[in-house]
Amino acid sequence: MSAPSLAISGLSKRFGGVVAVDAVELQLQSGELHALIGPNGAGKTTLVQLLSGAERVDAGSIHLDGRDITHVAMHQRAGLGLGRSYQISSVFAAFSVLDNLALAAQARARRRWGCWAPVAADAVLFAAARGTLDAIGLSARAETPAGALAHGERRQLELGLALASGASMLLLDEPMAGMAAAEAERMLALIASLRGKFTILLVEHDMDAVFRLADRITVLVYGRVIATGGAEDIRRHPDVRRAYLGEDQP
Amino acid sequence: MTLILFVEQCLNGVQLGLMLFLLAAGLTLVFGIMDMINLAHGSLYMIGAYLAATVIEATGSFLLGAGAAMIGTGLIGAALEVSLFRQLYRRSHLNQVLATFALILIANETVRMIWGAQPILLNMPEALAGPVEPVEGFRYPAYRLAVIAVGAAVALLLYVMVVHTRLGMRVRAGASDRDMANVMGVDTRRLFTLVFAIGAGLCALAGAMLGPILAVQVGMGENILILAFVVIVIGGIGSIRGALVGALLVGLIDTAGRAFLPGLLRHVFPPTIASEAGPALASILIYVLMASVLYFRPRGLFPARG
Amino acid sequence: MTSALHVSARPGFALAGAILLLVLPLGLLAVDQPFYIVLASRILVFALIASSLNLLIGYGGMISFGHAAFVGIGAYTVAGLMQAGIVSAWLAWPIAMLAGAVLALGIGWISLRTSGVYFIMITLAFAQMAYYAIISLKLLGGDDGLSLGGRSALLPGIDLKADLSFYYVALACFAASLAFLHRLINAELGRALQGVRDNETRMEALGFPTYRIKLAAFIIAGALAGLGGALLANLTGLVSPSLLHWTQSGALMIMVILGGAGRLLGGAIGAAVLLIIEEVLRDYTIHWQLGVGVVLLAIVLFAPSGLAGGLAGLRQRRQA
Repeated sequence: MSAPSLAISGLSKRFGGVVAVDAVELQLQSGELHALIGPNGAGKTTLVQLLSGAERVDAGSIHLDGRDITHVAMHQRAGLGLGRSYQISSVFAAFSVLDNLALAAQARARRRWGCWAPVAADAVLFAAARGTLDAIGLSARAETPAGALAHGERRQLELGLALASGASMLLLDEPMAGMAAAEAERMLALIASLRGKFTILLVEHDMDAVFRLADRITVLVYGRVIATGGAEDIRRHPDVRRAYLGEDQP
Repeated sequence: MTLILFVEQCLNGVQLGLMLFLLAAGLTLVFGIMDMINLAHGSLYMIGAYLAATVIEATGSFLLGAGAAMIGTGLIGAALEVSLFRQLYRRSHLNQVLATFALILIANETVRMIWGAQPILLNMPEALAGPVEPVEGFRYPAYRLAVIAVGAAVALLLYVMVVHTRLGMRVRAGASDRDMANVMGVDTRRLFTLVFAIGAGLCALAGAMLGPILAVQVGMGENILILAFVVIVIGGIGSIRGALVGALLVGLIDTAGRAFLPGLLRHVFPPTIASEAGPALASILIYVLMASVLYFRPRGLFPARG
Repeated sequence: MTSALHVSARPGFALAGAILLLVLPLGLLAVDQPFYIVLASRILVFALIASSLNLLIGYGGMISFGHAAFVGIGAYTVAGLMQAGIVSAWLAWPIAMLAGAVLALGIGWISLRTSGVYFIMITLAFAQMAYYAIISLKLLGGDDGLSLGGRSALLPGIDLKADLSFYYVALACFAASLAFLHRLINAELGRALQGVRDNETRMEALGFPTYRIKLAAFIIAGALAGLGGALLANLTGLVSPSLLHWTQSGALMIMVILGGAGRLLGGAIGAAVLLIIEEVLRDYTIHWQLGVGVVLLAIVLFAPSGLAGGLAGLRQRRQA
């Protein structure tokens, strides 16, 4: 299966009087690593919420691989290969790391209704979970309850859940949020290793990381797209320098 | 004839609604501010009714009885809050249900030990015992009118208090955002105790006034408690305005349903079906109302929290 | 406890429990206390019902305050069928389960769109509707209820009217239900359900249809409660609206909380403890409810995670 593409057209969302996302146009090519940057409150997380189906769209449309998913339920979008990670780690705190990933693998296998056979005895499912476990570098923590992980490890598991759920298009909401430098470096390597295998929309604050990793970059300010392009274009773009880098001079 | 019946049933509905409001006011504030499910709220209503009955019997004065019941039950409420409920606020809803369910058992049995298992008949004040005829040809029990008047006065007072006074402002701040209220320097501990005591006092007032209409007996709190919950859920938990609207809605719909629904059904269905289904439909009407409100507005009509 | 997700039963413990429950009535007969066989049957029936509620509260995070409705419809189904001349347990009991499941489908369909305290209250509202509907239906005996002419017929040779045979049938139903629940919570649906309990949004983002998962659990619990109702009707020989009263739903919740929500044996332990406390206190005083209240209150204050939770905590402390 080739990686999917994402097409966003005229997407808008308002909360009361505030327009959080304003007529956003955005296309992700198949296999592309596309970064989404912008100052705090630019509407980045809201955009991810709209794309994943957690919030209703006010206007505009979202197409995944040519299929209109604007009004498709969140769990069905996941079934179509759209996975996401959360800015604030959202893992199953009481379950072990391995069980977290096994649950995600269960989602990938679309197995929900079995009432009799114990999942714990399912070698295929757990082999898949262990595969993800190795990929995210948490093999030593397999039996640790997710709630007892260190912050950085929890971020790794957060990404692991999206990977194990069988997504081919990833929405990563600040995967390096709150990480120490060494941890962030590891996460960066992890994301770099996903490049080409997945279509990725990466929301990130860390400019260095973004400029190193991304094929293309989109800048969002006050809910509007003010620029899209390669790293060099963005670096030189006058509107971006003014709005995002806080430079007033022309 | 039918107009008179209609007006009479409306008054009955308003009367039930106002009494439900007295019960629901305390419940919704406790629920909204302290995030506490208090199943024992109905027990305070029962205790209030028994206290009133006792004092009225001893002194012969209805006013004295109602007053003593309000003060006594308010004190019991405050004591309960300080000794027990404080420990429950931060517990899970499950633990709150278990603890207050236990309180119901304790209250019921204590009342049975003190006053016995037989229902007590509470006489209405003699001056109000007869009917009045405000309009030619329309007679209505004076006592029920008095209940409506007192209920309306208290509801108004409470509304003004919550909406327009400093105390009320604090209460509303607590209901919509407890942590914010703490930050703003509201002394939530004392506020909680006070709200709880006032809620208990209002229960007792309702118990005293409904005493002569319904029987004073063990277990009287349980059924009315459920009605009060229906009221606050319809109105939106934590909202005084919601409680008032919800209470009047429930009072009117319940009363009207019982009075008119069987007759209406007889026009549509054969009499055998109508006489079976009429009372059944009438008694489930308010629950249908509640389920539909929640279906369309999952947080009630006037949600207090954002 | 490395993971909360897989619930393992200790075979030795299960075997000991099974043997104890199998020989219990023989022991009671030996010491000439046949009355307690009926109490033990009652405990088994409530253990089944409370376990079904535990699936919702403990494993699904759905605090249902209307479980008595499913018990009631199961009981009334058996009583009604018996009046219509259908006495076979093989027919009546599955129909009772079906009735519980169908009612659960209807109530869950609407209730599961709400959450938190609103879910508690809407399930209560539906149970109240069922309660008042039953009271007003003269066909079902109204306030007085229906009395069953006898007990359901199971097999030629097994006379359910004998308390001893009824005990073993109740035991079989309880054991089968518990075994099923044990398989269920370790199977795909059960693990998904626990995932929904802990983090519903994330489950949805992973691709689980969370609403339908909760509804499935709700229906299963309704069916098991319907079976419990069928047994209860047979045990007491009388069905009345009080089976559906909200305080019954409350008592079932108390059993689950008491025994430990989210523990396999939580419902069973809670049912046994509550009914035994009641029975013991009833022997001492007519004011036994006061004692029950005080005990429950003490448990909330001193063992908030329930008795099973308290025991597990004790065991862990000893191991540490």
